[in-house]
Amino acid sequence: MCLGVRGKVIQIDPDPLGMHMGKVSFGGITKEVCLAYTPEVEVGEYVIVHVGFAISTVDEEEAARVFEFLREMNELDELDVPQPATAPSEDAPGSGEVAAP
Amino acid sequence: MKFVDEYRDEADAVRFIEAMRGLPTRSWNLMEICGGQTHTIIKSGIDRLLPPEINMVHGPGCPVCVTPLELIDRAIAIARRPEVIFTSFGDMLRVPGSSADLLSVKADGGDVRMVYSPLDALTLAHANPGKQVVFFAVGFETTAPANAMAVWRAAQEEVENFSILCSHVLVPPAMEALLGAPDNLVQGFLAAGHVCSVMGYWEYEPIAERYRIPIVVTGFEPLDLLQGTYMTLRALEEGRWGVENQYARSVTREGNVPAQQLMEKVFQVVDRPWRGIGPIPMSGYALRAELSRFDAERRFEVGDISAQESPECIAGEILKGLKKPHECSAFGTRCTPERPLGAPMVSSEGACAAYYHYGRIEELISRDAAQAAERHD
Amino acid sequence: MTDQPAHPSLAGLSCPIPLTDYPSVQLAHGGGGRLSQMLIEGLFLEAFDNPVLELLHDGAILQVDGARLAFSTDSFVISPLFFPGGDIGSLAVHGTVNDVAMCGGRPVAMSTGYILEEGFPMEDLWRITRSMEEASREASVSVVTGDTKVVDRGKGDGVYINTTGIGVIPAGVEISPRRARPGDLVVLSGAIAVHGIAIMSVREGLEFETQLESDSANLYPMVASVLERAGERVHVLRDPTRGGVASALNEIAGKAGVGIRLDERSIPIGEEVRGACEILGLDPLYVANEGKCLAIVDREAGEEVVEAMRGHATGGAAAIVGEIVEEHPGKVLLRSRIGGMRVVDMLSGEQLPRIC
Repeated sequence: MCLGVRGKVIQIDPDPLGMHMGKVSFGGITKEVCLAYTPEVEVGEYVIVHVGFAISTVDEEEAARVFEFLREMNELDELDVPQPATAPSEDAPGSGEVAAP
Repeated sequence: MKFVDEYRDEADAVRFIEAMRGLPTRSWNLMEICGGQTHTIIKSGIDRLLPPEINMVHGPGCPVCVTPLELIDRAIAIARRPEVIFTSFGDMLRVPGSSADLLSVKADGGDVRMVYSPLDALTLAHANPGKQVVFFAVGFETTAPANAMAVWRAAQEEVENFSILCSHVLVPPAMEALLGAPDNLVQGFLAAGHVCSVMGYWEYEPIAERYRIPIVVTGFEPLDLLQGTYMTLRALEEGRWGVENQYARSVTREGNVPAQQLMEKVFQVVDRPWRGIGPIPMSGYALRAELSRFDAERRFEVGDISAQESPECIAGEILKGLKKPHECSAFGTRCTPERPLGAPMVSSEGACAAYYHYGRIEELISRDAAQAAERHD
Repeated sequence: MTDQPAHPSLAGLSCPIPLTDYPSVQLAHGGGGRLSQMLIEGLFLEAFDNPVLELLHDGAILQVDGARLAFSTDSFVISPLFFPGGDIGSLAVHGTVNDVAMCGGRPVAMSTGYILEEGFPMEDLWRITRSMEEASREASVSVVTGDTKVVDRGKGDGVYINTTGIGVIPAGVEISPRRARPGDLVVLSGAIAVHGIAIMSVREGLEFETQLESDSANLYPMVASVLERAGERVHVLRDPTRGGVASALNEIAGKAGVGIRLDERSIPIGEEVRGACEILGLDPLYVANEGKCLAIVDREAGEEVVEAMRGHATGGAAAIVGEIVEEHPGKVLLRSRIGGMRVVDMLSGEQLPRIC
């Protein structure tokens, strides 16, 4: 699971009953999408859409991290040093021996 | 296409693959539990590009495949009723029940319609007050917010001719069940990115801790999967466990709070049977008591349904990674996507079906050659 | 009076398709994939066994008193009848004109048969007929004969149309699926999946705000240029309609006993179509095209054929998308954008959009 497609929000129609709808563009195809779960989203931002609902916004800064990671890998390679630490996350991973199967 | 094409770049992909090549000091079993990830891996041919020491297992990540046979038979029985407009996502339409599938119910005159969103089903209910609209609510946590909204709106708008047949399953209990099994081989997990977009990843922390296993929340583009695999491999080689987030552009630790809040109002956690695995406690959603009038299982009396699974199907072993699809004696012969014997062959994301369509090039070639030889005899 | 024996070749013959497997016709039997193939080869070919039919090309190539004729038939059951970029009428004309062209033939004349449902609006019938007239005039093909039947209300989908076309194959043109050989190049005349997605955009339950128009078009002028340029070096022509490029290439690979390798990076596809396929969870390789053509040609003719195609509006985005190989006969493989490899298998049933 699951087919989540990124699209760009091009219109937001606030719904009086609270179920905000909007128009999202997927490479030129636009579709009506429910934005109730991304209430803070603004026109021009990107969202992940699954079965007609936006389930998250795409964080542009984080989106670039994959490529920063790659760049670091490239640079370190040239310097011939050990690979960089894994990408940052909010909690520190544990340590110790991984349980053998 | 922005946020799509960049993650499909070949040079970057090669970079990850090369980085992984020298890394493993031993073989490792990694599992992904997500049909979408299975799909990308096999469609992009990633499984063939990974170093041979990495054994990528396609776990029970296809909610269509793990929907119990008995529930499919129930859906078919409901769909056959003349007053019902039965709606479903595309994937479920071809899943065979014990003797038919939803598409054949349609062929026989039943009103079975494909929808892209549960809200479409609700719209149908509004437009057809004389009919009963039933929506087959299948999915992992990713789809639950959408289904919750449909039921919530139905309640608010007092749409009484709408109901759902609920087959929601949850990932963390399935992971625990797999990891806790005595024959478990899995040493690292790629967690499903969109499930985590909704639920966050805090639920995985105690699992990673308890089993001392790395879990990397991973996206769906080829680069995401390569990076996720790379990160998991690094953690394994360095003896680290815990949760890391490769898909940070869409996933945060707490997840989508408004979605979780509505899900909380609509669903309760219940025990669920997983086809191919068995019952897993507290691993699914059912409607809360106060919304149970929208439960199609209650609304429609369809009598006793007893479904018989094929004794030949080794789904359990496939889903745990103990066997590969082509190691099943029925694979590609008695069990094919047109005539599946069990869960993993049922939808195109199931491990066996994905393998059948896209993977193991050498196997396919020799199978076709053998069949051609047979025909000319 | 003596009893006439039953036709000897059909005497005692039970249905060759095991009834236990498919006691009744399924939608997928018309989908262009495995089941279609099974129906045609397992049932129809069993009955109509003859060497011309056996080739199972888009049309038949007949030798008649020294002339080579292309002869093809196609039926149109599309719903909706009217869609962005055309209607069942223009589709019916283009479809048959193209089938004749895929044999290397210059379309000369066609017939059209209508099966009309009682209650079908006359206004719509007129619109469709005008559309057919326009399309056939543009294609320089005359509708020379036809037939009309009316069925009871409820027994038809408004209108079904069958068109049958006939054309002349000039000297120096040898088109046959069996001519594909290792080393040949696979050329595609333009962006894929346009028609299928345009149709889906109008169907009930699926609304796109952006109008995608079907690519339904007469391919003969482009094909004529290609044949003029490359002559005998063009081995196979095929328009990838139902089942898409994947199904067409699988069929060719099977018939010619060769393997096909495609390069995902070279396959032309429009942004909007790609977006639509992404949201719908459809693989564009399996989606129908109505104004595109595959050509399998001598390796050294590849560039010329692309150039010839690009000289026409219908071939504006023409490109070399793959090659014929000796390995994995009957199988089509695809090199993915990131350098991986996968099989492009034959479609099992109707391609259904997925959510997973």
